[in-house]
Parts: sequence; C-alpha cells; structure tokens
Amino acid sequence: MSTPLLSIKGLTKAYPGVVANDNVSFDIGEGEVHALLGENGAGKSTLVKMIYGLVKPDSGSMTLRGAPYAPPEPRAARADGIAMVFQHFSLFDALNVAENIALGMENPPAMGDLAARIRAVSETYGLPLDPFRTVGDLSAGERQRVEIIRCLLQDPKLLIMDEPTSVLTPQEVEILFQTLQKLRSEGTSILYISHKLEEIRTLCDHATILRLGKNVGECTPRETSARDMAEMMVGTALKTPERSGREFGEIALDISGLSVPSPSEFGTSLKNVHMTVRKGEVLGIGGVAGNGQDELLAVLSGEILTAADAVKKDGQPVGRLGPVARRRLGLLTAPEERLGHAAAPNMSLTENALLTGSVREGLESNGFLKWAETQAFAERIIKEFDVRTPGPENAARSLSGGNLQKFVIGREVLQNPDVLVVNQPTWGVDASAAAAIRQALLDLAAKGTAVVCISQDLDELMEISDTFAALNEGRLSAPRTTVGLTVDEIGLMMGGAHGMEVAHV
Amino acid sequence: MIVLEKRPQPSRTWSMATPLVAVLATMICGGLLFAVLGKNPVEAIGTIFWEPLFGEYAFYYRPQLLVKGAPLVLIAIGLSLGFRAGIWNIGAEGQYIMGAIVGAGVGLAFYPMEAFYIFPLMVLAGAFGGWVWAMIPAFLKVRFGTNEILVSLMLVYVAEQFLASMSLGLLKNPEGFGFPGSRNLQSYASAHNAELIEGSGMHWGVVAAFVAVIFAYVLLNRHMTGFHIRLTGEAPRAARFAGVKPARLILFCLGMSGALAGLAGLFEVSGPSGQISIDFNVGYGFTAIIVAFLGRLHPVGILLAGGLMALTYIGGEIAQGSLGLPAAAIQVFQGMLLFFLLALDLLTNYRIRAARKEVA
Repeated sequence: MSTPLLSIKGLTKAYPGVVANDNVSFDIGEGEVHALLGENGAGKSTLVKMIYGLVKPDSGSMTLRGAPYAPPEPRAARADGIAMVFQHFSLFDALNVAENIALGMENPPAMGDLAARIRAVSETYGLPLDPFRTVGDLSAGERQRVEIIRCLLQDPKLLIMDEPTSVLTPQEVEILFQTLQKLRSEGTSILYISHKLEEIRTLCDHATILRLGKNVGECTPRETSARDMAEMMVGTALKTPERSGREFGEIALDISGLSVPSPSEFGTSLKNVHMTVRKGEVLGIGGVAGNGQDELLAVLSGEILTAADAVKKDGQPVGRLGPVARRRLGLLTAPEERLGHAAAPNMSLTENALLTGSVREGLESNGFLKWAETQAFAERIIKEFDVRTPGPENAARSLSGGNLQKFVIGREVLQNPDVLVVNQPTWGVDASAAAAIRQALLDLAAKGTAVVCISQDLDELMEISDTFAALNEGRLSAPRTTVGLTVDEIGLMMGGAHGMEVAHV
Repeated sequence: MIVLEKRPQPSRTWSMATPLVAVLATMICGGLLFAVLGKNPVEAIGTIFWEPLFGEYAFYYRPQLLVKGAPLVLIAIGLSLGFRAGIWNIGAEGQYIMGAIVGAGVGLAFYPMEAFYIFPLMVLAGAFGGWVWAMIPAFLKVRFGTNEILVSLMLVYVAEQFLASMSLGLLKNPEGFGFPGSRNLQSYASAHNAELIEGSGMHWGVVAAFVAVIFAYVLLNRHMTGFHIRLTGEAPRAARFAGVKPARLILFCLGMSGALAGLAGLFEVSGPSGQISIDFNVGYGFTAIIVAFLGRLHPVGILLAGGLMALTYIGGEIAQGSLGLPAAAIQVFQGMLLFFLLALDLLTNYRIRAARKEVA
C-alpha cells in the first residue's frame, strides 16, 4: 500500500473533566472516503478540529503525505490542502453567495471572476448555485452547497464533512453522494463524519469508530451490517422501542387553514396548514430544518397566537389562548432549543420544573410558590427519566445536552398531557437516552395521549410514528400512514431535491 | 497566558464576595487617587468610612445614615425588579422629582387645614406621581417598542424643568418674599414627615424602605410574579414559553420602580428637605443604580449597599470639609465602586486560570 494521505498517530486531547480524544490513530488513503463514526460526544468533532488546526493536540502526531503536519491554525491547514464543511454554517444571511465566499478567502479575486469560478465549479460538480442570490433566501441544502463550493474553490486534497446530511432531504443526499463520488474519482480524499449508518455503508470505503474518545474499531462498511456498527458505536446491544398495537380515539388536536407569518425576517411562514391527531396517535412531522418547524411549535405552545378556531383541542378553539391556558387544558409542548427556550440555563432544575409545571402540578396558590412541591416534582423527573445530576438545585446549564433533554421531555410527559408536541426530542442525545425518550413518547400514546413529534431524524419518525407528514417551506403535506411508506415517497413529501441536479460525471 | 473559563454554574462564594472585594479595591485605588491629590490616603479613607460611624460627631452623622440611605434603598429596590427582568429604568431621578412635586402639591392644596388624612393622601399622590412618570417610557415601549433607557433618562431632564417651573410658579410660597421654592412642609404639621423618634433619623421613608426590602424579597422568592421577573431576565424566550406576557411585566416593573422612586421623593420633600425648590434633587435616582448593582439586585444586598453608599456620601462630605477634598474626587470614588463591582462580577461566572496558548 502506498503512503497514506494523512496519517494520525496517538492523538490525545483532554479538556477539564473529560478526555475528548484518547490515543487515536488511523490513516486516510489517497482518494479514499473515510468515515468517522461515533455517538454525540464520542470525540469526532474534537478530532477533526485538530486536523483542521482549530484545536492543538496534547500529544500525538500527524503526517501529511509523509511530512510532519501540525497546523497552528485553520489557515495553515487550508494552505496544505485540507478543507472543511462544518455542520453549522458560518454564512451571513444578508450577503449574497459570492460575497460570502469571498469573505472566507485569503485574496479574493474580483467579484466577476469569482462568480465565474463559482459557476464553473458548481457546473462540474452538479451543485447549481446562483452567485448573486442572497444567502438568507436559500434553503439549508443550498447553504450547504455554498460551503462545499467554498471548499472546492481551494482545490483540496482532503475534504472534511461534519454531519453533512442532517439538513438534507433523501433526494438531496443522493445528489450530494454523487458529487462526493466524483470528487473521489478525481483523487480527493474525504473524511466523512456521521452517525447515520446506512449512508456510511453506501458511501464510504473505510470506517473508524470512536467511542468515549477512543478508537474502538475499524471496519469496511460495505461488509459490515448496520447493527454491528451501531453496537460498536454504542458499546452495548441496542434496545429498539416497543410499540403495542393500539386503537385511536377521537380527534384531540385539529389544525385547519392555519396561515401565520413568521415573527423573524429569515423565518418561514406557515401556509394553509391542516392536520388532525387522534387520541393515542403519534403523528411524525418530518422536513428539513428551517421549513416552519419552530413556527409550528410556537403556534401550538401559544407563543404565537392565531385565529381562535385555527387550532382546536377536543373541538374547543384555543388559537387565542396563551401558553398557561393551553397547559391548563392539557396541551403541552417541548421546544427544540433546550437552553434558553425550554429551560433557563442559569436557573436550578427546581426552578425549571416550575417553568411549565406550575399549572398542572399545582405548584402555586394565589400566586405564591410552593417550593417544597416544586422540588419534589423536579426530583420525580430526575428519578423517572434517569437525569444524571447531583440534585435539583443544580443549574440547567451544568447538565449535558442529553440529560437536559431528558429533563425537558420528562417534565412534560409527567404532567399527563392530553396532547404533547415535541420538536427534535432526541437532538444531540446519545443512543440509549434517545431510545428511552422515544419509549416514553410511545408509552404516553398507549395511555391515550395524542403525540406530535417534529423531527429531522427520519429513522426516529419511522420508528415511533403512526402517521407521517412533512413540512416544506411552511406547507404541511397530507398525512400518510407510516407503514409501507418508502424513502422516495418521504423524500417527495419533504420537497424533493429542492432544485438540485445530479453531478455531471 | 491567562484564560477565562466559564464555570459550570455561577459561584455562590464569588457572588457574595465580589461586593466586599470591590469595596476593598475601591479603598486602595481611591487611596491612590487621594494620594495623588496630595492628601494622606489613610486619613482620607478613614474619614470617609470611620468618622460618620465612630468619630467624635457620630451622634450627628449616624441618623444621617438613615436619612440618606432610605431614599437610596427605596429607589434601588424598585429599580432592581426591572433590572432583574432586563428592563432598564434609568430615569428614577425624574420619577423621584415628580413624586415629590405631586405629593407636595397635594399637601399644599390643603394648607393650612390640619387633618390626619393629609399625609397618607400625600403618600399616595407621591407614589402616583412617580408611577405616572414611569408609565410614559413603559407605555411607549409596549406600544411602539421604544427604548426605555433613553426615554426614561430624557424624562429626567423634563422633570427637572418641571421642578424649576413649579418652584418659581405654581407651588411658590406666596409668603416667601419672592424667593423661589414652596412653603416649608416641616412647618405644616399635617404634611410633615417628622422623625418618629426625636434625633434618630427614623422617618416614614425609612420605614417604607424596610417594608420595600421585605416586600421585594417575598415577591422575588415566593411569588410567581417574582419568578417571572427573574425568568425574563435569565432567558426571555423561556419566559415567553412559560407564559409570561412581556408587556404586562414591563408595565409592572417600570410602574413599581416609578412608584417607589415617587415615594422616596415624597418622603424627602415632606421631611429632611422640607420644600420644593430648584435644587431639590441631589442625584439619589442615579446613585440608586449603583446601589442596586452593588447589592447584586438582591433586596438584602441593596439594604447593605444603601447603607454603604450613604456612608460614602456622609464621609465624603466630611472629607470635603475637613480635608478639603474636591467634590469630584468623592464622585470618582463612588464611581470606582460600581466599576470594580461590575468588573469583578465576571468572577461569578468565570474562573481565571493560567493556560498554555491554544487556538480554540
């Protein structure tokens, strides 16, 4: 075998209280698509940040084509031919595509030349993009294209992609893969970070699996089953949630003809949304991020008010009611953003339990707070949802993302809602906690609660939902029974490929 | 290299210790300042902090502590409610003036009638005057989204013009030989906010300040409204999710701080000051901002901070008289206190540690 493009030996990086990477070694060959697989918090991000020069390793070494490689900063990494597409885009909404790309360049050429180069690259790799469109108007998939083209303009030897498909529809994923395969055929190596096993099996030549900062194994994804990889990733056998067959009751939540302008400039307005959820039913709402998910949750939580009968619970119009009145009626919600929306970061878990629990748990009388009962409620959430924390007096921000998510979901589930709406319930949560949260939602449905689960994780929606609908640019598709739904159909419900086309290979 | 590292949760120890460290740092830097001005720093600092409490004339200064401290605490308590929720009332000085004018106006309207109900009516009128003045920025913010900092601050200057006009016009003492200023309420028994115990400095304003401290403590720690105030300050989006109505909270917080500032003005004009005059206000409304932060926006902290601030006021006056320190130096000294407090505040949420250089 020839010299690998990038060889990593014994990289270690410790942060106070946690070893993010512990003696990690692997090689990436020329023209190889190498997967880096692991759960949230396994140390994938720290590792690629070291490769990209954002973080300095405590010990260990890297060689690039045999020469020692230790980038002090990303600029040096880019000069050596290493480019990275981040999971979270760093783009300015108010600038156009070419301006955004010019901002990331050392010596940007004249705008006209740059636009021509952007067009050339986007033609070659099947990533159509108008250089003069304002980024704020682009879909998530299109924004990702901006980031990819920004990298390709540097003619990289190694392209690092951090969870690139989390914002794409299945069709867009397909097109992205063709682009990546074309890059590979031209000799570019790709380091592909993901926790989605099927796509790694489709795309990657080789996989390195990280768990708790350690390299726990390597495999050839095409020859390894998804389940085996998952178990290497998690370290234990996985338990899939159980769903018992159940009868649906009457309609609990009814949204009809709902149109709401978004409160923020670059948000998505909801357009003529119809949906009904019956007692005991789990409705899964898929869709690429930024297609109206936040707005839909706000409409249901009472943060955005609508026409009174646009939203009905058990036939009663609730569109004009605020969050407190809706909780009293049994319509509970859990927003996506944990810190700052679902919970106040600097306040204790007890205070955060009070945040939504005051009405249904009877934690106040005549406006005066019952701290003892509130603390008991917080302790009950911590116990029943296995929230890892020394106690309810700790600040919400001291909890890890997954633990806080368990707390936030548990807080609503334990209040025995008639209707529960959750947005991204397992976002950033490790596999076993995610399974526990999904099980809790299913148990709730089994008891007759109508559950609406908004998520970008299609596997999750297929696993728990009875009915599936997708949000696309603020419109909700007609709901379909989940059983028998194909990936292609789901993709079309999510809006197809958003105007992308296949690479001209 | 020194780096700041965010603490997993706010440090309780530092939260308590920063005011003390800030006072110490102010003493040191203030001492240096006084030394540069050619004064003996130890003597100057001693005069400011020791003289009013334990000096030769302490029997005179101690009651003054209550007289100066009460309006500061009363106003700062009101301000702290808004500050906790991220609502910045900077115009307490104006609300203080308006409370005094309206309250004194009601009292003077009854002159020379003597009745038990005159003073309670004045108290209500004083609170009302401050409340109305604070409702202007509150209403504009709720209705048109204006910035309450600018509006409330600018209204201070309007109130000052109003004060001048009142002392020269409507409320001018008809028996005052043409001098500006109203009748002296100290010589109108029904309207006089007299000392409750002779020579103690204890007047109704001091009582009100203590009541306000207890009220604020209960509100913030035991009541839903207080919880909503804190929640809004910590995480506005979470507050809306919890069901807080921002407009209602703005009206409540600004109204409350306005009413308390108005009360402070009324107790001052009917007591220690005695009359509406052009130079009636002495900056309590602005100093109370320092007091509120020095007390960490906590009711008990504000009580202590009000005492400390009153001490520097009185001590500063003594230092001006006996050591010839310029008034500006005393103001710089008080400003340092707020400066150090805000700077050291960082340590509550961050710790300083020496670390190797790293791009992160």
